[in-house]
Amino acid sequence: MRQGRSPTLPRTAHAPHRLAAHLLFACVLALGFACAMTARAGVDPLPFADRAEELRFQALTKQLRCLVCQNESLNDSSAPLAADLRRDVFEQMRSGKSDEEIKTWLTARYGDFVLYDPPLRGGTWLLWFGPLLVLTAGAAGVAMTVRRRARAAVADSTRSTRPASDVEDDW
Amino acid sequence: MNARMLPLLGFVLILALLGFGIWWNQHNDPRAVPSPLIDKPAPAFALPKLYEPQATFGSADLAGEPYLLNVFGSWCVACRDEHPILMREGKRLGIKLVGFNYKDEPDDAKRWLAEYGDPYDIVVADYPGDIAIDFGVTGAPESFLVDANGVIRYKYISPITPRVIDEELLPRIAALKGTTR
Repeated sequence: MRQGRSPTLPRTAHAPHRLAAHLLFACVLALGFACAMTARAGVDPLPFADRAEELRFQALTKQLRCLVCQNESLNDSSAPLAADLRRDVFEQMRSGKSDEEIKTWLTARYGDFVLYDPPLRGGTWLLWFGPLLVLTAGAAGVAMTVRRRARAAVADSTRSTRPASDVEDDW
Repeated sequence: MNARMLPLLGFVLILALLGFGIWWNQHNDPRAVPSPLIDKPAPAFALPKLYEPQATFGSADLAGEPYLLNVFGSWCVACRDEHPILMREGKRLGIKLVGFNYKDEPDDAKRWLAEYGDPYDIVVADYPGDIAIDFGVTGAPESFLVDANGVIRYKYISPITPRVIDEELLPRIAALKGTTR
């Protein structure tokens, strides 16, 4: 569709291929550029005093969840609320508050939801140790099955000439 | 039971878990952030009135009576769905309806209310969004039911529907009026 309009294109047999390659390259470039732009939109320049302050801010906001785009951290999100909260976090850092105090300030408003690592307490122990429980149950199940089959295989091999490996194929 | 049935049983269990997950997500909003402010005093605020930006209005003016704080914005699409419900049935609540114009250009908000009607008894404007953060607002629309003592009793995230008015708000408002009298 575009070949006709572009006078600079050589009219050789493999021109369409080259054109397609060029178009693809342009698309990739444009996509990369668009991604860079959106990533940029999430970052509003904050007047950091030095690199250490900036690093502390980055580390802190990466542990905090954006309430709007909930798969993003406060550090990544370009939502207006995230920008407001980043500004608040920055101002509180400036006023000399510790990371813990800032987190307490946020959880008083938004609950544990705002923390990527919820605190360990009565209501959250299942969240923390649930996977371990499931893993233990699974391991116990596997151990029991293996032991039962080993016993069956021994019993079987003493009684019949069937190779033990056939027992494994039963299911 | 035949051991051959075991994988089938496992599959059925996983299927049941999947079904439960779908059912749960349909009846609960996984994105809703539970508010830690329920049964806590509402943050003190004094914000410019939308129609009179020189004058402020706030929690001090509302002390002594229950009210519903409704967070809205002209930029908010879901608020457009909620709006006719508030226009038609807001009076049924029997308490003051406070409009909380959130991160909105005042002119846009006024035009929006002029076009679709103004269901609010008073509208305050939080252009910077600072008070909204104190309330733990994550977006619009959201509604807070505050009692006569200034304590947040209930929060609803999403557009208010007639069902929400009948099943969630009215019983709680009736209970509030019972205790304050």
